[in-house]
Amino acid sequence: MLKQLTRQIKLSMGIFESNGDTTYGVLAEFSNPGTLLDAARETRKAGYRYFDTHSPFPVHGMDKAMGLGQSIIGPIVFGGALAGLALAVWMQWWMGAIDYPLNISGKPFFSTEPSTPIMFELTILFSALTAVAAMLALNGLPRPYNPLFYSENFRRATDDGFFLHIGANDGQFELERTQEFLESIGGYNVEVIEDRETATATSE
Amino acid sequence: MANHPQSGQQAEYYEGPPTLVKGEHSFHDITNLVSHHAEKKTPMAWLAAFSVASLGVVLLLTMLAYQVWNGVGVWGNNQPVAWGWPIVNFVFWVGIGHAGTLISAVLFLFRQSWRTSINRAAEAMTIFAVICALIFPTFHVGRVWVVYWMLPIPNQMEMWPQFKSPLLWDVFAVSVYFTVSLLFWYVGLVPDLATLRDRAKNIWRKRVLGFFSLGWTGANRHWRNYEKTYLILAGLATPLVLSVHSVVSFDFAVSIIPGWHTTIFPPYFVAGAIFSGFAMVMTLLVVARVIYNLKDLITLDHLEKMNIVILVTGSIVGFAYITEFFVAWYSMVEYEQYAFLNRAIGPYAWAYWIMMTCNLIAPQLFWVRRFRRSIPLMFAISIVVNIGMWFERFVITITSLHRDFLPSSWGYYTPTFVDIGTFIGSFGLFFFLFLLFLRFVPMVAVSEVKGVMPEADPHFYDDHGDGHSAGTPTPAPQPSGGTS
Repeated sequence: MLKQLTRQIKLSMGIFESNGDTTYGVLAEFSNPGTLLDAARETRKAGYRYFDTHSPFPVHGMDKAMGLGQSIIGPIVFGGALAGLALAVWMQWWMGAIDYPLNISGKPFFSTEPSTPIMFELTILFSALTAVAAMLALNGLPRPYNPLFYSENFRRATDDGFFLHIGANDGQFELERTQEFLESIGGYNVEVIEDRETATATSE
Repeated sequence: MANHPQSGQQAEYYEGPPTLVKGEHSFHDITNLVSHHAEKKTPMAWLAAFSVASLGVVLLLTMLAYQVWNGVGVWGNNQPVAWGWPIVNFVFWVGIGHAGTLISAVLFLFRQSWRTSINRAAEAMTIFAVICALIFPTFHVGRVWVVYWMLPIPNQMEMWPQFKSPLLWDVFAVSVYFTVSLLFWYVGLVPDLATLRDRAKNIWRKRVLGFFSLGWTGANRHWRNYEKTYLILAGLATPLVLSVHSVVSFDFAVSIIPGWHTTIFPPYFVAGAIFSGFAMVMTLLVVARVIYNLKDLITLDHLEKMNIVILVTGSIVGFAYITEFFVAWYSMVEYEQYAFLNRAIGPYAWAYWIMMTCNLIAPQLFWVRRFRRSIPLMFAISIVVNIGMWFERFVITITSLHRDFLPSSWGYYTPTFVDIGTFIGSFGLFFFLFLLFLRFVPMVAVSEVKGVMPEADPHFYDDHGDGHSAGTPTPAPQPSGGTS
């Protein structure tokens, strides 16, 4: 149960666990964003769930093709915004009116009007920091080690290559069948990705 | 093979896609075009420029050390002009920064795809300009070694900053602006740093870039959260950029000095900031696109659009100058009227008329399309505009102060060599940082430019005919081939 949940969370980060052996998954290249989009749709239709596409830029409609919903960054950032606002209100009230009250031309020790700029700034600051932190956390980044980096061809994923990768831990994954499937939907340069780190770990 | 039910409705749009990238370039060409500048051997011209900029940094450090050692008395500031060049320079540099955020965030929200080729450089400019800006208030506090007193840090004196002061609002506004701009810039950089990482030959280069690119693989599960974050950051940066110069203007407007105490300041400062910032982006890009051969990415159309922004904001600023005079007259407040009359015909009239000529009159040339598309002219005007905007801050700060309520203390402010040296030095620092950026970082947002090319649209490859019937997908090319 817990293992299943971990697998799901890792999947949402694009991290695939090896299935006992060293096989990480199968990678196929597609010629352009259009064929990649079709391939993602076909892969999902064929019942695969543990897969991901890699492209040098986001492809429109890919989330839908892969069956992914909305990103949940928005609500998280809203929480960060509220935290920033609350901190700003509390800080200006407690520091200015309770802990160190200073009479400046008879102005109130705390009031909303002069507190607004800092309330605004801290709301923005906390929202932005939350947005970036949440994005990294949800994406499982930084991730310096990724078995996909062993593929020479995969380097083009940040240049002009369009790839689809099916993880070995997918319930439907069978090495030969999955390779054939990827070729049947128009993939080429199909290669098996080995997780060499687990390979060395098990051999030691 | 697959159906695209929605492609039919959008067929019209795809028939005439805007050409943001000129010439016949594949995705790989775009990568090469931008990346090779960060990979090739250091050019001699870069080294020469970098040496000159480094001299400026040395000058800046010397001047700052001299000022810290001797105290702020080495500047021209004195009563009644207690705010001299340091504040002028601070507002000048912060203002320049605004264009970067405007291009990267506001134009992003308005889906202005043309921004993709200039936003990276403009954001870098923002960050460097804000660094230059922060130097001045930091050293203006006098005892720079206790500058942390401006932040609410618990201390043994049991004292807290005074939150009712606009100067403290400024501390928060500018430091938040810097932090958010840096985050926005870095998040945008990650996919491009990954591109450089994957092209790197040298193992150490690969490791350093691997560190900064966070293990990016272009996975769609990542793009999903990434795009959302980028959108949110743009949404946050947009009100932020409008607030920063508003808060800067509060430094003046919340006081009761005639000439400063006006409600027009926040919008007028923001318009001025965008105006000067676009001029600075123009100055830098006109040169960079020639030297780095990026004419196909940063096209004349981009520059023309920026010139239109300069024309619009310049006219807003000019309108504000005239409104100020009207309000001074209409207010029937004697001091207010004098302050403005003194600007136009007093001892600093020369500065006032430089400002008017550079900011209000010069950009009006851009009403003519031929002028908007003339590279030498736009380069000249962009410099003229920045001179004018520096003088605007000079006029606001100095003329309002030099004749205060007590005529016996009236005087004429002149800067010292330390003022001038520090200002020149800040340009050195700006170009020092900008040259480092041009040398080591992809100066155009590669992944974003690819994303706005017509080939990036999945439906581009559908049947090229009427776009109504689902076609067979383009057959796979030979493994060596890129995209069509």
